Amino acid sequence: MATTEELTRVASQVRRDILRMVTSAACGHPGGSLSSTDILTALFFSVMDHNPDTWKPTAEGQDAFLLSAGHLAPVLYSVLARRGYFPVAELATLRRLGSRLQGHPSSAEGLPGIILPSGSLGQGISAAAGIALAKRLSGDSHRVYVLCGDGECEEGQTWEAGMFAAHHGLDRLVAMTDLNGLQIDGSTESVTALGDLSGKWMAFGWDVIEADGHDFESILDAFGFAQKENGKPKMILFHTVMGKGVDFMENDNKWHGSAPKPEQCELALSQLEETLGDY
Amino acid sequence: MKHYIDTGKKDTRSGFGEGLLQAARKDERIVALAADLTSSVKMGSFAREFPGRFFQSGIAEANMIGAAAGLAAAGKIPFCGSFAEFITGRVYDQIRMMVGYARSNVKLASSHAGITLGEDGATHQTMEDVALMRAIPGMTVVVPCDYNQTLQATLAIAEYEGPVYLRYGRPAMPNFTDPDRKFEIGKIYEMNPGTDVTLLACGHMVWEALQAAEILEAEGISAEVLDVATVKPLDTDTIVRSARKTGAFVIAEEHNMAGGLGEAVSAALALNCPCPVEFINGGDNFGQSGSPVQLLHHYGLDAEHIAAAAGRVVMRKL
Repeated sequence: MATTEELTRVASQVRRDILRMVTSAACGHPGGSLSSTDILTALFFSVMDHNPDTWKPTAEGQDAFLLSAGHLAPVLYSVLARRGYFPVAELATLRRLGSRLQGHPSSAEGLPGIILPSGSLGQGISAAAGIALAKRLSGDSHRVYVLCGDGECEEGQTWEAGMFAAHHGLDRLVAMTDLNGLQIDGSTESVTALGDLSGKWMAFGWDVIEADGHDFESILDAFGFAQKENGKPKMILFHTVMGKGVDFMENDNKWHGSAPKPEQCELALSQLEETLGDY
Repeated sequence: MKHYIDTGKKDTRSGFGEGLLQAARKDERIVALAADLTSSVKMGSFAREFPGRFFQSGIAEANMIGAAAGLAAAGKIPFCGSFAEFITGRVYDQIRMMVGYARSNVKLASSHAGITLGEDGATHQTMEDVALMRAIPGMTVVVPCDYNQTLQATLAIAEYEGPVYLRYGRPAMPNFTDPDRKFEIGKIYEMNPGTDVTLLACGHMVWEALQAAEILEAEGISAEVLDVATVKPLDTDTIVRSARKTGAFVIAEEHNMAGGLGEAVSAALALNCPCPVEFINGGDNFGQSGSPVQLLHHYGLDAEHIAAAAGRVVMRKL
């Protein structure tokens, strides 16, 4: 278990990685990557029972992770590399021809840590439920974690999966929603209001936990609560800020899917400590 | 010519159901998912014998595909069952990413395909599904012709590693292939040798092609009949060999023109051995209500129309 100080140091480096990767590619999705950085840092460096050295695409004998919101690929790639799944130098290849770091996660190139592709939204919880069913059948008591975006919850399949997971009692399925409140066309409230997400998931038969997605104590408490085995799947609603950690990117949906210019990147990096060494 | 005997009408979907049961008894990795059509798609016996390996998704096909991809990622061999329309068109994007792009070992069991779905009408009768599944890189598309072949094909795809679309039908139709013949994915079966014209068909149209060959024999035309049980990957070698021999093709399928067997075989012929071709298919149409046999005759998907097309294509050789 990493301390919150250690997690804070990792998260600062992950944010630098995200900005440098996306700036170098001149495209990509920094906003949601920055809003979910602390969640995935806590998950991969403190919560999950996993081992990059023995990891296989079946995630057999380990906790499994799926990124449902595939456009958050930069944060996932950085966290995986920093955790030892593949060399950090490979982060420089994001979105380049022949790279294993595709614009959205792909399992076709054999990148360690990626179980299934994502990018077409709303499909991750279904797949996570499938992995959870398989683990239960095989007597593997490990958990399956899946991260969704908030705008992504507009996809109807999210709710099909919600019914399915509850019906099958998948209490080792832990879903997370990055509630940064913004999507491409504006705020989630203005595009298609999500309403009472907590009440919706509870009504679907899930345990719901709300947490501050930028406070490691709050994040770790939420994951602790999600370990409960009571026949119900778990949904953690993480309240976050798009673009977190870079003052001019925070709460501005233009950073959902556009890359900073090199000079903007320099300004952004000046706000984030280089803790583990840039790739 | 070889004469085939209908050993008693059976539905191809029951061939799938029996095949799934036999495969599951041999391999405990096999699981099944259904979307509220368990008995229609003939997964009922599996669900009763292996309740712990059967997962109901409810009327939620998109979720069913995603859950199957997850099961496959974790080492299981999932079979997803629904009507052909709802397991292709409705969930094309889910299949494309989670099954095709992921190269998931998922088997799509597609029942009630084509016009012979019958009375439920055009909303349920897909004549476009083969086109959709052929378009997905790496997808294997299997369209068996009768109960026996569907059973054997199910056993074969259970052992094959990779995504497969297995298309079968609803009504009881003639059952005429060897029940013990092991199914080979990617092979065209020569049902009858001939020299004047090749009748190439898949699914329910294979029996019609055999009947057409008998009509043609009486007219003094020797028809080769090929059963294209695997539409993708296509057995081009057998197609080219037959084209060199007969020099004329009739391609029959219970599917529309766009993206179906006819276009697939025509591409193979154009590249390797161009020759005149006539098509027996649904054209560019939606179906309508009616009994399966009425509908086949109404849309010209029968032995008489195949024989007439053969007569035309033989004339075009001259």
